[in-house]
Amino acid sequence: MEFIQQLFEQLFGAEWGFMLFTLVKNLIYIIAIAVPLLLGVAYLTFAERKIIAYMQIRVGPNRVTFFGIPWLRGWGQPIADAVKALMKEIVIPTGANKFLFILAPILTIMPALAAWAVVPFSAELVLADINAGLLYILAMTSMGIYGVIIAGWASNSKYAFLGAMRSAAQVVSYELAMGFALVCVLMMSQSLNLGDIVNGQQGGSMLNWYLIPLFPMFLVYFISGVAETNRAPFDVAEGESEIVAGFHVDYSGMAFTVFFLAEYANMILVATLTAIMFLGGWLPPLDIAPLNMIPGFIWLLFKIAFLLFFFLWFRATFPRYRYDQIMRLGWKVFIPITLIWIVVLGLMMQLPESVRNDFPFNLWF
Amino acid sequence: MNRIKKFFSTFLLLELWKGMMVTGRYMFKPKITVHYPEEKTPQSPRFRGLHALRRYPNGEERCIACKLCEAVCPAMAITIDSEQREDGTRRTTRYDIDLAKCIFCGFCEESCPVDSIVETRILEYHGEKRGDLIYTKEMLLAIGDRYEEQIAKDREADARYR
Repeated sequence: MEFIQQLFEQLFGAEWGFMLFTLVKNLIYIIAIAVPLLLGVAYLTFAERKIIAYMQIRVGPNRVTFFGIPWLRGWGQPIADAVKALMKEIVIPTGANKFLFILAPILTIMPALAAWAVVPFSAELVLADINAGLLYILAMTSMGIYGVIIAGWASNSKYAFLGAMRSAAQVVSYELAMGFALVCVLMMSQSLNLGDIVNGQQGGSMLNWYLIPLFPMFLVYFISGVAETNRAPFDVAEGESEIVAGFHVDYSGMAFTVFFLAEYANMILVATLTAIMFLGGWLPPLDIAPLNMIPGFIWLLFKIAFLLFFFLWFRATFPRYRYDQIMRLGWKVFIPITLIWIVVLGLMMQLPESVRNDFPFNLWF
Repeated sequence: MNRIKKFFSTFLLLELWKGMMVTGRYMFKPKITVHYPEEKTPQSPRFRGLHALRRYPNGEERCIACKLCEAVCPAMAITIDSEQREDGTRRTTRYDIDLAKCIFCGFCEESCPVDSIVETRILEYHGEKRGDLIYTKEMLLAIGDRYEEQIAKDREADARYR
């Protein structure tokens, strides 16, 4: 790394060389994050089809092989789907606002990818180790809703518009509960930096993870995450049986695929954030010999996969919420729970040291 | 007390867990999918698939151009022209079935006095351009010749119930 930096500085002069080096380095990091992420998205769609099929005692996609390797039956499916979507025409409806129509999918996928900048993959592996990481994540995940609203508006279609309205109201209300749940996390960790949040959960075993003292917040955050990504059982924005496909009815080909990618990238993001904030990120469940030999990155991947499985499990199990039930759950259940928990947590933290140590919950402070 | 119990079971998501355990269990059950080209579902001897025209064992075609099938066909998929042959028997010169119209009701098979037009077990056929699904007399006879063994067996199996 040093050598390359010196090479750049000799070639372009000290100042320009350093700037160019930083630019190229960050670009390489971005590619190193985004490409595996998009591959992960592709195979998440495959996993979803396969797992839901298994839960419905079917077998799912099992025809498209990878270079004809028989035990990889079905593994070529996401690639075949992507190629098919690439070949298709992007139909722009006559009444649509062309500029916004094209802009909407871009606005949807941009924050879904940009949020990954601050995600720590292990103790050292993070693209931007900024102090306001949690704030940045909140800002980025909230941005995604603009793409949905603009898509619904630009399509000039009733179904798309209804889907966008539903989605907007839903995401905005669950954002609050999500934000409050994260406030609890940052009260525990005393930091907005995601790396510090994980480090705050260090201490020998999974009993130190925020999952245990903040278990209700974990549930609220994860369920809000499901609602936030418009996944079943909160998928009224898509609502196949009511409004066809919601905000992306009029999208076809690659434009639709971009929405699809964004939805799944958001799923992975929510799973990652849950893993980082409640399941100890890259930390092994027990800090003993065989478990802490495995690199932290693998542990994080394992936790993400575990949480993603729950996303798919929910979809295979629960029927869709009615719209008023979604609003009730968001405003009348989640927000009061989180608000009360913030107050309780604050009071517990204000207790004097000696009392806290006698308190049955002292394990967590 | 009941209300307290209900409160806790709601907040601990007990019922949701029950539902998830059901789908979780089903994930490990044996799958019921029939892998179609490799495996096939069993067919009844009364299966109504692609049509065929049969012949007698001596090679004479059975059809006597009575046109009962043409008359009974509810989709009007059958077209028959007939003439007298040199030996004085009445035979079809044209026997077309438009499979795009056919609804596979089996009425033609039932109306046939000489068991000539039958429906076979074949279901995997297709047409690639317009007109491909209009099967002519030669094609139907060829199908009959090719699958005569199976057709005869199926008639035999069903004979008691006719």
